[in-house]
Amino acid sequence: MKILVCISHVPDTTSKINFTNGDTEFDTNGVQYVINPNDEFGLTRAIWFQEQQGATVTVVNVGGPETEPTLRKALAIGANDAIRINATPTDGFFVAKQLAEVIKNGAYDLIIAGKESLDYNGGMVPGMTAGILGYNFLNACIDIAVNETNVKAVREIDGGKETVATSLPLIIGGQKGIVEEKDLRIPNMRGIMTARTKPLNVIEAVDAATNTKAVKFEKPAPKSAIKMVSPDNLDELIDLLHNEAKVI
Amino acid sequence: MSILIYAESAEGKLKKVAFEIASYAKKVAETLGTTVTALTINSDNVSELAKYGVDKVLKVTNDKLAGFNAKAYADVIKQAAQQENTKLVVLSSSTDSIYLSPLVAVNLEAGYASNVIDLPVNTAPFQVKRNAFSNKAFNITEINTDIKVIGLAKNSYGIFENASTLTEEVFSPNLEDNDFDIKTESIEKSSGKVSIADADIVVSGGRGLKGPENWGLIEDLAAVLGAATACSKPVSDLGWRPHAEHVGQTGKPVATNLYIAIGISGAIQHIAGINASKVKVVINTDPEAPFFKVADYGIVGDAFDVVPRLIEKLKAFKAQNA
Repeated sequence: MKILVCISHVPDTTSKINFTNGDTEFDTNGVQYVINPNDEFGLTRAIWFQEQQGATVTVVNVGGPETEPTLRKALAIGANDAIRINATPTDGFFVAKQLAEVIKNGAYDLIIAGKESLDYNGGMVPGMTAGILGYNFLNACIDIAVNETNVKAVREIDGGKETVATSLPLIIGGQKGIVEEKDLRIPNMRGIMTARTKPLNVIEAVDAATNTKAVKFEKPAPKSAIKMVSPDNLDELIDLLHNEAKVI
Repeated sequence: MSILIYAESAEGKLKKVAFEIASYAKKVAETLGTTVTALTINSDNVSELAKYGVDKVLKVTNDKLAGFNAKAYADVIKQAAQQENTKLVVLSSSTDSIYLSPLVAVNLEAGYASNVIDLPVNTAPFQVKRNAFSNKAFNITEINTDIKVIGLAKNSYGIFENASTLTEEVFSPNLEDNDFDIKTESIEKSSGKVSIADADIVVSGGRGLKGPENWGLIEDLAAVLGAATACSKPVSDLGWRPHAEHVGQTGKPVATNLYIAIGISGAIQHIAGINASKVKVVINTDPEAPFFKVADYGIVGDAFDVVPRLIEKLKAFKAQNA
């Protein structure tokens, strides 16, 4: 089984979010980048397929040379090789077009992406990629088992979960649950050393329309100060929630 | 030219999110000088959509579509959009709609903006405001394609009555066999409880509750308020509560009217997941807990002392205001 794990290179959660150039660009100054958490759950699941079922795991990312440390980290965690599509990821459709090309050329059986990235929160790349290729697609996937080309998987639904049966090739939007937080792997020294010599192929992007464009960013208005209520005056809290906030 | 919405239903009954996207679409339609068409799939009674400004309903009734199937539903939405010559499709942010929206966008060769939180900033060029960076910033996105798809964030616009005269039309889409390559085997739902996705109020507990045996406090408070229960990440990692209740960046997102955090310090990952909630209340013994910086109302106090008294007071309040 050939697995492709799509990796988004995103600011660490604790990063300060600021914008430059008249609020049209994200300010990367002093920002630490990580593997998008939803993708890291998927990467770990892919490594299990590699260890238990002999799958090969390729990681892919659309981005400039500055994203290579993130791909090297994925290699250190255990991926066999990496592909960097050398382009600025302008919008979800553009990225999906690039991934579709790699998937078609590489004949991957299972494509694991995170259900959304923590920077733009678009939540569209896995679905669009599946739409372009006409592949089966399962979003918000929290469990998956593959037996030859048969797949049994579970997705999260509002207020519960749904078990489905389908077949490869398949694209999934993964999230926590596909593996748990405790299953995530921290690269060890040996992994880091071998990652340096694993193949990281840089390929050029194919032409694709940019259907949407982020034209400006805004930060939320500063929040008004918290109103403190004495624990001995709970009537005041109920009054505030009823008359001021109007939520009860 | 009509705006198309996909008005979701559960067990034949229209969901609240359907009324929110109808209200939103009506307002946009007024700006653009057009009308709103709603697509429904196996909904029993669609007349209520008239209250929120829907002019026409395309009613699909088909046993093959009895259970949700993203590919098939996305195909049906595409066919409805083509019949109506729609230039704008508005979808909700339910788990199912988030799943099918990118497929609809590819089907229609449309640009898609998700997580939209307000009316369009501009209609020519078409620009919308959306949440990004886990609710830490807004992003104005321009959609350049002829047909546009937007996903409205839950609870971001609200439900407004704006009565219209509704016409109902039977719509019979063509379904392909390969629409059903993903087959549902079983569905498990926690019965009798308000789900986090549908709740107007969420009561959430953290490590400050000291152990799973004390969760009665959270459940009792939730019961008085008709709220869903949730928990912080450490609580689900410790196994005190099921993972399905974990809210935060890697857990479920919460965008509710009222979020009550009890014994939760407010780690940045937790706040990122719940910050879209309108009103936040924190009850914590530690006045330095970061949650106090983001909440609207706060009580410094012991949950074991405050919450039981709050439950009694709320019961009295509810009895009075019933």
